Order: sequence, then structure tokens, then C-alpha cells
Amino acid sequence: MLLQLKLPSIRLNKEISVEEKKIELNKVDEFPPMPVSLGSMRVNKTSSWRNFRPIIDGEKCIGCGICWKFCPEPAIFPTNPPEVDYDYCKGCGICIANCPVDAITRQDETK
Amino acid sequence: MKTVMNGDFAASYGAMTSDVKFVAAYPITPQTLIVEKLSELVADGELDASFVKVESEHSAMAACIGAQAAGIRTFTATSSQGLLLMCEVLHWAARARLPIVLANVNRAIAPGWSIWADAQDSISQRDTGWMQVYAENNQDVYDSILMAYKIAEDNDVLLPMMVNLDAFFLSHTSEVVDLIDNDKAKEFLPAYDPEYKLDPNNPRAFGALTSPEHYFEFTYKMFEAMEVAKKKITQVGKEFGDIFGRYYDMTESYKIDDAETVLVTFGTIAGTAKESVDRLRKEGKKVGNLKIRVFRPFPTEQIIDALKNAKRVVVIDRDYSYGNEGAFYTEIKGALYDANLRIDTYGMIAGLGGRDVSTAVIKEIVEKAETSEPNKTYFIGVKR
Repeated sequence: MLLQLKLPSIRLNKEISVEEKKIELNKVDEFPPMPVSLGSMRVNKTSSWRNFRPIIDGEKCIGCGICWKFCPEPAIFPTNPPEVDYDYCKGCGICIANCPVDAITRQDETK
Repeated sequence: MKTVMNGDFAASYGAMTSDVKFVAAYPITPQTLIVEKLSELVADGELDASFVKVESEHSAMAACIGAQAAGIRTFTATSSQGLLLMCEVLHWAARARLPIVLANVNRAIAPGWSIWADAQDSISQRDTGWMQVYAENNQDVYDSILMAYKIAEDNDVLLPMMVNLDAFFLSHTSEVVDLIDNDKAKEFLPAYDPEYKLDPNNPRAFGALTSPEHYFEFTYKMFEAMEVAKKKITQVGKEFGDIFGRYYDMTESYKIDDAETVLVTFGTIAGTAKESVDRLRKEGKKVGNLKIRVFRPFPTEQIIDALKNAKRVVVIDRDYSYGNEGAFYTEIKGALYDANLRIDTYGMIAGLGGRDVSTAVIKEIVEKAETSEPNKTYFIGVKR
């Protein structure tokens, strides 16, 4: 039985009007004065160090929203079934550990 | 407009004249009057700013960091234990390059519980990346806050600045203070408009994880900024003088041209030292005084220039770096070494915990230097 999630959509709008590109910092004079991203987080993807990819099985999912609540990033959208944003997911596995029906499995990124 | 006020109120009015938009502060003796006055000015509608009551000094600075990062001018004030509690976020403000201005009332550190003048609090925060000014009088407090914003907010500086005033000798002592007209102040200090700020339309990560690939460069940039700040402090001090008639610099020399013994002082002791110089000169002693007004960035070049002809350099520290000597003494010696100047130096620790450093004490210090072994530290006035 699937429960309908009644949660606000907080999906990051990836369709943006202004042109943004990732900026590489190679010389000190190109650095901003403080540690601040020059592009927005839309272009600074932060998932490069993920070892394990969570895969949600939509058939098993009961729509409880626990993975969405527990994701520290947050990189899980409260859709039904939930959707993982792999651009930002670090692969911490908290969603996997907390899923009450074991609907989330891990996939080795190196394979 | 000339008026009479204590040093705490001078700090409050300094923030008001600087048109700060946000104040978060936690009261602590002897800084309480600064917070009370600002609260009153905001409540009475004289200062158009948000006044946020917080539960600690750590929170006060954290709130200022948030507000300043959002692109508005902020102010806070603290003292002693409060400044120590802020330590973590003092570093944060500096490394985030937020030009926050903080008034710190120099008060001793407990135990023994003490509310009296002593620079141990700010000296212990020397390496937080904050610029440090030590005020000699209440006018200096007021003017320094206005100048602090101008220096700190410069795009090539972007460092926070701490204006220090001695507990009670300034904080609760009334003097004449010439207040600056708001319109004139705005001409001198334009509205704050930072290039990097929190903006929902241009979302960025602030203060995020920084790998070994990048962290080093951010510290190097603070080194560069501090070097620029040295020039900027002198330049702003002159500009301030040209407009308002009161000139400031990183150091101030008093009768040092022919002086054999040069006292090096900071804070209120500098004022007393100048009076002592006049009295000792009447006795035929060639004494001068070098006031260190700005401690960070350290005015090495100006110090070398001022001390190069001295026979004796006598540094009076109202602080003590446990296990070594007075902080100013160490750094003055470092500056002399840079210039290959081998002058007899004397480290004089005096006035700790609010003990008065009168002209009589300064006379004793000069006599002690004349009759003691050089290049050593002496505690002046220890009961034996």
C-alpha cells in the first residue's frame, strides 16, 4: 500500500536563467577574499566523493518519508516514491539504514 | 558638537555616527553602558537599527556574522570573559572577511575575579585575524570606531576591527567628546555595499569545506590584506584629520627626537606617560614616549623609525604572556631586530588588574630602567 506524501516540494530548480559555470581556482589572485563559492551550488556539484549509490525500489516503498527526513544533505526529494539527487548525494547511507521496509539498496560506484 | 560623556557612551555614539544597522550584544561590566545606550538609542528611534538581545557573547558575534554576511553594517561590544567566550567566532568573522567592528573594554581575566583595567583579554585574542586599536581617551574611542568601519570595509582589507578602551579609566570616566554631524559622517563613511553577501537570487556557499588545495591561499590573502591595512590606517587617519581636525596614525611619537629613553606605551597609560615625559624633562631627563595605537597590523616600520636613535627602550605592558614576557615587549624587540638595531630594552609589566599607573609609577619605571640590567622583564610595584 502506498501512502500519499503530503510534503512541500523543495526541489532545487536546476533550470536557471543566468549562465553559470564552475570556476576553477588556480592562482591566488583569482581567489575571492573569503571561502565562498564563486558559482552557485547549482554548478558546484558535491557528490564526487560518493562510494555507494542509494537505489530506491519504488515497488517496496511505502511513502513514509523517513529517508527524506533523515537525509542530512538533503538530497532526497519528497516525491512518491522519493527521488535521490545524485548531484549532491554523498552516499552516507543514512537513508538505507533508516528505511523501515528495506526499499533502499546500495550500489558500489566503482563497479 | 562638543559634549561630555564616558568612554562607553563614546563607543555607543561612535556606532551610531557610523550608521550601524544591526547590534547584537550581551552585557558585561564594564561594557554594560555601551549596550544600554545603544538599546536606548534604537528604542528612541535615534538609531535606525535592529537590536538583538542574545544569550551570550558567542551568540552576539555569531549574530553579527550572520547579519554582516547578509550585507549590513554591524556592531557589538564586550569585555574580558565575554571576549574570551567569543574566541571561536572571532576567528570565524576574520576568516570570513567580515568587516565587523567590536568595542572591547579592556578588563582583567579571572580568577581572581576582577572588573578592572588590564589588556590580557584582547592580547590573548591577538591571533584571531582582527585588527586591534588601543584608545587613549574617549575622543579616540569615538573617532576610532568611525575610522574602523572605513578601514575594515575597504575592498582590499575586509578584516574586522577591535577598538579597545581601558576599563573605568575610560569606560566610566567622563571627558569632552566632539561628536560628528551625521551628514558629515556619511560623506566620510559611505553606506556599506559589499561585493560578497548572502543573496537568495545568487545563492553561494559561504565558509564551506575548504580542501588543502585552497585553504593556504585564503590565509595568504589575509597576510596581503593586513599589509594593505597598514597603509590604509595611516591614510584614513590623515583623511579623518583633514576633515575633522583630529589626526590619527598607527603610532604617535611624543618628544622622541632627542630622547635617550623612549617609553613605549598603549591605551590610557600613553596619556599618563606623556605627562610623565614633561615632568621628567623638567628634571633634566631626556625622555620621550611612543604610543602604539594599532597593535594589529603591527606597525613595524613606524616603530623602527621612532626608536632608531634611542639609547633605551622601555616597554610598558598591561598584559603578560605567561612563560615569556609582555606581548608588546616581545614584538617591539622583534621590530628592532628586523632593523639590526641593538638597543637596550626593558620589559616593564605594570598596572595589571587595574592597578593605577600614575606619573609616580612611570617615574619609578624610568629610574628602574636606568639602574637595571637591560633585556629583561620587570614587574613594577610587586609588594615585597
